[in-house]
Amino acid sequence: MNPKLRLATVWLGGCSGCHMSLLDLDEWLIDLAAHVDLVYSPIADTKIFPSAVDLALVEGAIANNEHLELIHTIRRNSRILVSLGDCAVTGNVTALRNPLGAAAPTLQQIYVDHGDPRGIIPSEPGIVPVLLDTVVPVHAVVPVDHFLPGCPPPAPRIRAMLEALLEGRTPDAQGPEMLRFG
Amino acid sequence: MAAKTLLINGTMVSAREGETILEAARDAGVKIPTLCHLDGLSDVGACRLCLVEVGGRLRPACTTTVSEGMDVHTHTDALKAYRRQIIELLFAERGHVCAVCVASGHCELQDMAVTLGMDHVRYAYLAPTCSVDISHERFGLDHNRCILCSRCVRACDEVEGVHTWDIAGRGTSARVITDMNQPWGESETCTACGKCLLACPTGALFKRGATVAEMEHAPARIAMIVESRRVRG
Amino acid sequence: MELHDLQLIARRERERRRRIRIHCCTSSGCLASQGLEIQKRLEAAVAEAGLEGEVEVVGVGCIGSCGQGPMVEIAPEGTLYEYVRPEDADAIVAAINGGECSVQRGDPLRPFFTRQFPIVRKNAGKIDPERIEEYIAAGGYRSLYRAINEMTPAEVIDEITRSGLRGRGGAGYPTGLKWSTVAKSRGERKYVVCNGDEGDPGAFMDRSVLESDPHLVLEGMCIAAYAIGADQGYIYVRGEYPFAIQRLQKAINQAKKFGLLGSQIFDSTFDFRVDIRVGAGAFVCGEETALLASIEGRRGQPRPRPPYPAESGLWGKPTLINNVETFANIASIIEHGPDWYASIGTETSRGTKVFALTGKIHNTGLIEVPMGITLREIVHQLGGGGHSGSEVKAVQTGGPSGGCIPASLFDTPVDYESLAQVGSIMGSGGMVVMDNSTNMVELAKFYMEFCKDESCGKCVPCRVGTVQIHRLLEKITAGQGSQADIDQLQELCQLLRNTSLCGLGQSAPNPVMSTLKYFTEEYEHLIER
Repeated sequence: MNPKLRLATVWLGGCSGCHMSLLDLDEWLIDLAAHVDLVYSPIADTKIFPSAVDLALVEGAIANNEHLELIHTIRRNSRILVSLGDCAVTGNVTALRNPLGAAAPTLQQIYVDHGDPRGIIPSEPGIVPVLLDTVVPVHAVVPVDHFLPGCPPPAPRIRAMLEALLEGRTPDAQGPEMLRFG
Repeated sequence: MAAKTLLINGTMVSAREGETILEAARDAGVKIPTLCHLDGLSDVGACRLCLVEVGGRLRPACTTTVSEGMDVHTHTDALKAYRRQIIELLFAERGHVCAVCVASGHCELQDMAVTLGMDHVRYAYLAPTCSVDISHERFGLDHNRCILCSRCVRACDEVEGVHTWDIAGRGTSARVITDMNQPWGESETCTACGKCLLACPTGALFKRGATVAEMEHAPARIAMIVESRRVRG
Repeated sequence: MELHDLQLIARRERERRRRIRIHCCTSSGCLASQGLEIQKRLEAAVAEAGLEGEVEVVGVGCIGSCGQGPMVEIAPEGTLYEYVRPEDADAIVAAINGGECSVQRGDPLRPFFTRQFPIVRKNAGKIDPERIEEYIAAGGYRSLYRAINEMTPAEVIDEITRSGLRGRGGAGYPTGLKWSTVAKSRGERKYVVCNGDEGDPGAFMDRSVLESDPHLVLEGMCIAAYAIGADQGYIYVRGEYPFAIQRLQKAINQAKKFGLLGSQIFDSTFDFRVDIRVGAGAFVCGEETALLASIEGRRGQPRPRPPYPAESGLWGKPTLINNVETFANIASIIEHGPDWYASIGTETSRGTKVFALTGKIHNTGLIEVPMGITLREIVHQLGGGGHSGSEVKAVQTGGPSGGCIPASLFDTPVDYESLAQVGSIMGSGGMVVMDNSTNMVELAKFYMEFCKDESCGKCVPCRVGTVQIHRLLEKITAGQGSQADIDQLQELCQLLRNTSLCGLGQSAPNPVMSTLKYFTEEYEHLIER
């Protein structure tokens, strides 16, 4: 029997909708569990990204310094990296702030200009991650092996990708079932 | 009218004289991708997606008329690669966020990305500041979603006949404008006929009140209007 | 107006002339350094010295060595003064009668002048461009007379064809072939259009021709109109050339008054009117279909060809469109014959070409040289080598549409084919010289910035591709680039070259591609850091 695949799922700058869609795989998750060890995930209680990960599904864009650091760690320690969902693939809703300018003017507009009367920009160094000037998709920072668009990617789309990767096939990223953004 | 015989992807095809490669290919069941083309409107050859190889040279299928013995290739590897680059350039240009777009599910740009196999964009997102004009009582314009195909400009000029729309500025700063670049609601020429909405391939022009995935365009109605006018004489 | 009238005007003009003429350059370059003030002071000095009977001060067009301007020449003896200041006027006038004069003298026998072959610039710096009489005295409008009275339109086209003249706007399309195509195209009306929308950074050939000898261009257009059967012409000049526009308008008015433009020219049945159209600052309007759209009052953006303007141009009518310099060659070809013209230059590129020499070169200015001359001769003999002795690294021809040619290829002859072979183009005549202090990646970035700003925005590859290429070059010059960025750069360059709608986008990658080819190490140096 093949050793179990070490699977990580990561939640960066996104809404966790992609993870919800993953959970929408319902009973197939039980089949999946037979083939993978979930070594890191927002739904598992691991704080440190482990080494020797076979497959990392990354949800969300790179929006702050924590994401930036983590994505490099993920890439170093993962054999296959998949951008899961539109935020990871394009920046999507997370990147809607980019036209407002760099981090400082963005925070100024959100918290002061259009914010409540007290108008305080939150700042807790070491606790609240620092925003990057530009939100970028994952592949703008590290090489990505496969892309799974969708906001969120429908559960069958995630399953098709996972099945291919579990069988050691290259996923067939063609057609509206696999590709549609949004 | 004389008929012409030409080769499309190695198959002999007949076409009417004066017909474009695009029309001849469609009759022969060969689908060439387009965005700025719309049946019923004049062609401008702007999006470059319909480029085909004719005797070793690239020509826009929408503005090139057929000729006898023409050897056309519509889906060479080079053409597929160029089309993929072009669609990526379009997605990188403005804020095309399908997830929050009124036209999601009914958008030619979104569909084209699927057709051309775009799973991600290799280019940097330009993230320009684009305004939204909702000064018109019934319609709205979101420049974030505009691809400058000029179909609204041509529908307004050629079908409605008022030329409310045009394009101002140049390069990536170019924007569709109404009248003398005033808010749409203050346009003196706009008849609020909505033909621009019919023609728009994306969510750039929308009915006010439509929310995500609710805006359905009806580009085929432009051709219908033009055709019925022609038949009536 | 008849031939003897022309001769009479010429004779009167020669009789009117003083023995000595002080030629004072009043082209844009010298005007910007007090050229008009110098002319006024010289006139005052002549009056004060009581020499009005034998000396006259004449404002002339561009003398050529713009880098040494303001220029003043004493004719006919040929003394040249450089870097003239208004206060030098008295000394210059005194020197005519043997007085002391410490103003810097130029050597009219240096290769910059002697290696030139003036056809287009034959009158530049010699006649007052604002007086038609001077042009007529220099033999002007004789070719037009000959064409109308002694030749059929077909014979005119035949002479132009046999001369081997090719379009001087850059692409080098055979002029005779173009004329004959328009002549054969059916249309109840035809137009002649002169493209004076010169926009390449560092190029000022057309401006100089229009400022120095506007009648030469008008005569060429008029002959063309006769040959193809047009009765209306337009000169499209960029709005940034106010002096050229002013002189051209003056020339048109004078030519009309003399019966050389308008109805029944030379008392024939041939009518031809010319109007000026002023560009509003868009580089892309130099592209012929965009230029025609602009004349029609529409947004100046290109459309796919075919149909070519020769078949369907202004308002859908057959239209001949040539560049300023092309038209400026016509009168001389009719005057001296096609065989004479064809004897100049090379087998495939006949005649001469005007270049604007700029950049890190000793002699900045305008030159007209026979085709086939090598880049080495231009840079080192006419140009006098690098600026203050620096080592010349490359020349850039054709502006944002052209490429950089490294010094190792300076034995390349200047003709359409050879320049294309080394990855550049003849272009309209901009020639920018770079020395070792020039960073070639920065240079490529400069041209790409120009193209992205000037892209009309109609087609996607040019509109967005130029911006993406520019961003990659910014990243690379900031030391943040990688080999992947260079690969993407090359891929985008291929896209633009092969899929853009018009020449602007198709040629925009040339500065990048040529520097990537010849100066790879400069890119590699930046990505290694």
